[in-house]
Amino acid sequence: MSGEEFVPLSLTPLLIGILAAVACALPGNFLLLRRQALIGDAISHVVLPGIVVAFLLTGIVAAVPMMLGAAGAAVVAVLMIEAIRRLGNIEPGAAMGLTFTTLFAAGVLLLEQSDTSGVHLDVEHALYGNLESLIWLEASGWASVLDPVALSGLPPELGRVAVATLGVMAFLWIAWRPLVVSTFDEGFAQSLGMHTTGLGIAVVIVSALAAVAAFDAVGSIIVIAMFICPPAAARLMTNRLEVQIGWSVVFAVLSAVLGYVFAGYGPLWLGYDHAVSAAGMIATVSGVILALAAGFAPHRHRSGAPAL
Amino acid sequence: MLWSALTLQLGYNATLVTIGATLLGIAAGVTGTFLYLRKRALVSDAISHATLPGVGLAFILMVLLGGDGRSLPGLLLGAAISSWIGLLCVNWLTRHTRLSEDAAIGAVLSVFFGFGIVLLTVIQSLGSGRAAGLEGFLLGATAGMLFNEALVIAVGGALTLVAVVILRRPMTLLAFDPEYAAARGINVARMDLAIMALALAVTVIGLKIVGLILIVAMLIIPPVSARFWTDRTDHMVLVSGLCGGVASWIGAAVSASAPALPTGPIIVLTSFALFVLSLLLAPRRGVLAAVIRHRRFQRRVHLRQGLLALAQGQPIYEAYTMRLLRRSGLAHADGVPTDIGKARAAKALRDETRWQLVRRDQAFESAAALYDGLRDIETVLTPDQIQEIDRRMGGPREVTP
Repeated sequence: MSGEEFVPLSLTPLLIGILAAVACALPGNFLLLRRQALIGDAISHVVLPGIVVAFLLTGIVAAVPMMLGAAGAAVVAVLMIEAIRRLGNIEPGAAMGLTFTTLFAAGVLLLEQSDTSGVHLDVEHALYGNLESLIWLEASGWASVLDPVALSGLPPELGRVAVATLGVMAFLWIAWRPLVVSTFDEGFAQSLGMHTTGLGIAVVIVSALAAVAAFDAVGSIIVIAMFICPPAAARLMTNRLEVQIGWSVVFAVLSAVLGYVFAGYGPLWLGYDHAVSAAGMIATVSGVILALAAGFAPHRHRSGAPAL
Repeated sequence: MLWSALTLQLGYNATLVTIGATLLGIAAGVTGTFLYLRKRALVSDAISHATLPGVGLAFILMVLLGGDGRSLPGLLLGAAISSWIGLLCVNWLTRHTRLSEDAAIGAVLSVFFGFGIVLLTVIQSLGSGRAAGLEGFLLGATAGMLFNEALVIAVGGALTLVAVVILRRPMTLLAFDPEYAAARGINVARMDLAIMALALAVTVIGLKIVGLILIVAMLIIPPVSARFWTDRTDHMVLVSGLCGGVASWIGAAVSASAPALPTGPIIVLTSFALFVLSLLLAPRRGVLAAVIRHRRFQRRVHLRQGLLALAQGQPIYEAYTMRLLRRSGLAHADGVPTDIGKARAAKALRDETRWQLVRRDQAFESAAALYDGLRDIETVLTPDQIQEIDRRMGGPREVTP
């Protein structure tokens, strides 16, 4: 395909997809190892009420208040899970399920009750986003990548996802040592004087920020899939954390690229003229990668388990 | 309007939906109890999300075969098959790879759901208008439900409930002691799958009412609420079924009584309200009970310490202690003990001295282990033993200056 067609229509969605996938997969590694993989699921559900409340308070569909609302909802959800778990002495899984379904229900109810017919805000959009529509109309070809006038017309989602990805990377780089130690041996980390509780909350908050930024661009399906599938597949490839993170980034990028291409061009190859949902396809591809890893990856069995 | 909905006087279909939802709620509450006790509550989340590709594929298949594509039994069958595959994937990933169950759940739910969304967009491109209604499976839609559909839900809810009643004994056994259950000749793996199959039945039948995103709430929230009220499984099953039934009944009725009140969210929020009530008010495990217990304990500690201070003639600076002593008529406002106060204080000090002797003597080791600074010594030792201690302690002696 020529640059005139590719750059305006596919470059930005592809970049956003890749960045969103990486931003979610990076903290996903730690969530997976800390057995909190479903936090991503919970966060992406509670983003909906956060956005609806932000809309009702401000009355406009704008990125900043909505992201604040979503982040606020994520924090509320985490606090609520902890409160229910401690006050009621309830196992974490059930507390999580209870919290995110309730908040999601509240979000749907608020959405139905309030008059949002005039704005683009609905549950389906929140679920599977609209990656395909984030096009860069100002671009006319590869030359536009260096053209400041055309660059100013880039979809704002791209900048936000890029910032979120950089933020996640920065957090991992700064907190690397304590993060690794506390993930594998919390007691040892405490004896070294590390604030493991604070660190645990920081991981969840960084994940929430990544989720909210990615959600804004690509919907919650990708967010959940990218939190879990690439890190899980990477976990089956290796026993070293650095290598695992490397693999997870590779898998995330691969899912985003292949998913986007299959969604956009796959139906054309099969003779249909409608594209299918890119978000759904990216999640599907990440699932296929995980299935392949579960079937063939070198470290797929539990250490010490008999070979099957 | 609301009253007539609650008492089932809002038309034939609304009544049927309300009854179906109530039956389903009871079945979900009861099934959910066993999921919760097996600590597998979130597996239902994977099951429910995994229904979507089945719905989509069933729709496509029925359209290709020349049918309407929207026949509810067909769609539900597709949903059941694909969520069963999802469930087997979760089990396989957990058993044959090193991934933990929560990672397997998350992977299955996101991938199946993503694939389902792909299928939905395929259906949208198949032909305009025909896909209308499939989105209803995401969040549930009872408005405009056909008579046949309501009937399917009511019958399905009732059948699930019957199955739960039949299987409740082995499921209880399994929830508490899988080894013992295996020794009794119960096939644990198969029974686990049976619990999951029931959860799956609830999920699939509830799709049309509550929607696949919120149906897990019907399996999770009622058992969590019920856990507060009792420590016995049979009672918990009943309470959980009751919570689920009441929440679904109120939810379905409220949603039928006014527009823009979607059934699923209302059922979930009613369920959550019941949970909050349980969390606050339950007799032993509730927050209120814990607060009262704590206050009572605090009172006893303060009174005891206050009495000991009075007995030893020490001034009391603690405002709460002073207030307690004054309110129970043990001390005056200026900190001087009343006559009763003097007597109680003397007794407190004497008991404390007795305890010290008890704790020093090896012979009283088991009794000494019960010392916590508050327990009355009479509740631990016999009068004979107390006399023996008093003898060792000796009475008041003359002080020679």
